Amino acid sequence: MKLPRPSLRVVLIVLVVWAAGVLGGLGAYTFHYAEGLSYFSNDPKACVNCHIMREQYDGWLKSPHHAVATCNDCHTPHAFIPKYLSKAENGFWHSKGFTLQDFHEPIMIRRHNSAVLQKNCVDCHSNLLEGLNPHAGDARRMLDCVHCHREVGHGPMK
Amino acid sequence: MTTTPPDADPRSPDAVSPSGRKTRRLIWMLAGLFALTVVATFAVLLLYQNIVTRKAEATQHVFRVVELDDNTVDPELWGKNYPRQYDSYKRTVDIVRTKHGGSEAFQKLDEFPVWRRIFAGYAFAVDYREERGHAYMLQDQLETERVTHFQQPGSCIHCHASVIPAYMKAGIAAGAPRGEDHREEQIRKGFEVMCAMPFSEAAKEVSHPVSCIDCHAADTMDLRVSRPAFLEGIRALARSAEPTPHLPSIERWRKEEKPGRDYDPNLDASRQEMRSLVCAQCHVEYYFRGENKLVTYPWSKGLKVEQIEAYYDEVGHVDWTHAETGAKVLKAQHPEFELWSQGIHARSGVSCADCHMPYVREGAIKVSSHHVRSPLLNVAQSCQSCHRVPEKEILARAEAIQDRTADLLRRGEEAVVSLIVRLADAKAKGADDAALAKSRELQRKAQWRLDFVSAENSTGFHAPQEAARILAEAIDYARQGELAIDARAITIPEKSDDRAGAGRPPSELK
Repeated sequence: MKLPRPSLRVVLIVLVVWAAGVLGGLGAYTFHYAEGLSYFSNDPKACVNCHIMREQYDGWLKSPHHAVATCNDCHTPHAFIPKYLSKAENGFWHSKGFTLQDFHEPIMIRRHNSAVLQKNCVDCHSNLLEGLNPHAGDARRMLDCVHCHREVGHGPMK
Repeated sequence: MTTTPPDADPRSPDAVSPSGRKTRRLIWMLAGLFALTVVATFAVLLLYQNIVTRKAEATQHVFRVVELDDNTVDPELWGKNYPRQYDSYKRTVDIVRTKHGGSEAFQKLDEFPVWRRIFAGYAFAVDYREERGHAYMLQDQLETERVTHFQQPGSCIHCHASVIPAYMKAGIAAGAPRGEDHREEQIRKGFEVMCAMPFSEAAKEVSHPVSCIDCHAADTMDLRVSRPAFLEGIRALARSAEPTPHLPSIERWRKEEKPGRDYDPNLDASRQEMRSLVCAQCHVEYYFRGENKLVTYPWSKGLKVEQIEAYYDEVGHVDWTHAETGAKVLKAQHPEFELWSQGIHARSGVSCADCHMPYVREGAIKVSSHHVRSPLLNVAQSCQSCHRVPEKEILARAEAIQDRTADLLRRGEEAVVSLIVRLADAKAKGADDAALAKSRELQRKAQWRLDFVSAENSTGFHAPQEAARILAEAIDYARQGELAIDARAITIPEKSDDRAGAGRPPSELK
């Protein structure tokens, strides 16, 4: 009569720890298999892991900005914390869209990502833009550089 | 459950009930945690499996389960190797109407009865139905009253069936050299033989509507054009001096290779050009040349409406004599390639397939949709990859172009019918051929232009300004034609029976 209660507790604890370990292991392997770490990098190849952005990647390879800017330089904020917040937010929507296959075709940039892009244009080209106020980040009043310079990032449209 | 003696647990000798409750809570928590972990692990494995599937899709394997060669017509066999393309190809059976067209076989003569009058004396006045999807192209041709009620030549089969292997077979039978190197000669020879047959004979040699083999080479899946009338036509165009900014390979050939050999799309054209040229094998203006009814694309002076007309005038081609007016008129077929050639999309390097067979994604795979259809039914895939505007707005823009063209078409029809009425009237009143010649010539010009835009299947969209220009000319020529009927030439009053004595001033007899 002394054993049952502690042993049930122990059994359960062992079971939970074991299950958590299995979950951790499977999760880690899935993360590895999905090349999860690559998404923390700046390598543009990570952005074509899922093949959805193959055209955008191919276009970038032939674009004027190819030598000076990668995906992240234009599409994520330049400061550390906003950058990873942006990656997390977009990463979530991309994963959800790709897994459930419920995204709009053709893919289009979202409004607040457009603002990020615009800020980044201004960030690098500030010398050129001195005296101009392109309202970067203000979705309503923003002058959109890529509205005219649409070829700089992804090459000529067909 | 609570019958444990107080000394059962040495660690809690006196707290029976609180300790028991605590333990129970812990057990429940652990059990709950375990269940949650189970669910989470299950979800992770689902995700893992999803990623495996996507990765596998991305490798895009083709499993060659059947051997295909240049004689394999049956699309079902090709479908075994290329199931995704075949799936969408099969959906060309779908029947959907768009605002101005679509793939439903409605009777155009009922929708627009003026055309009975415009086509008077020609088979099209009997049956002129809208064409259905690719899947029906052979069946539609076998069923149309233009074929069942009239004698038609084997020429029709050039574009109403998957005909190339039948041409090769007939060509070899007629003495063309055997072997793969002589494929084009065999096709050409067979084409000549089969054009000269009655349609009912030629139709026995074929079994499928347009099939994979019509656009693809069996061994490499490369795009390939084989139809002899198209090859002859595009070569004639290449030899002309007409600028072809939308087909840069022709201009390059003119500069570089002219002395060596004929222009050959299969060697010279880029893949992007081929994505239009395979369609241009059939979606074109044509006529049957000479005794043997050889299908001929009238492109040696260029692709514009007046250049084709000039060609027809030069060779003296007449499709039929108008029953009411006696004018020697032309029938336009479906000059999609010609009109597209004048438009901004062609000029910008956009091919037929870009809009009519857009890339679609299935998981991580991208395939060109073989469900060839109106882009208006698939605006997101067809238009939005270039035009970043909401779907509704794109559709509204396209329909605005078509609505305007349709308005001009209705006015053009009125003008042409008005000319027909006046001409028929003058003829009935005894005007002779010489007095009507000028006006009949203008009917030919007006009707040709009106029909060119009407028979073309985009309601002007393929080249909006060009379509409007053509229709403006049609209306102008029709009204000029009315003016050209010289009232003085009609000297016999309606009631008089004595026509023999009708005197016309010689000055009217040009």
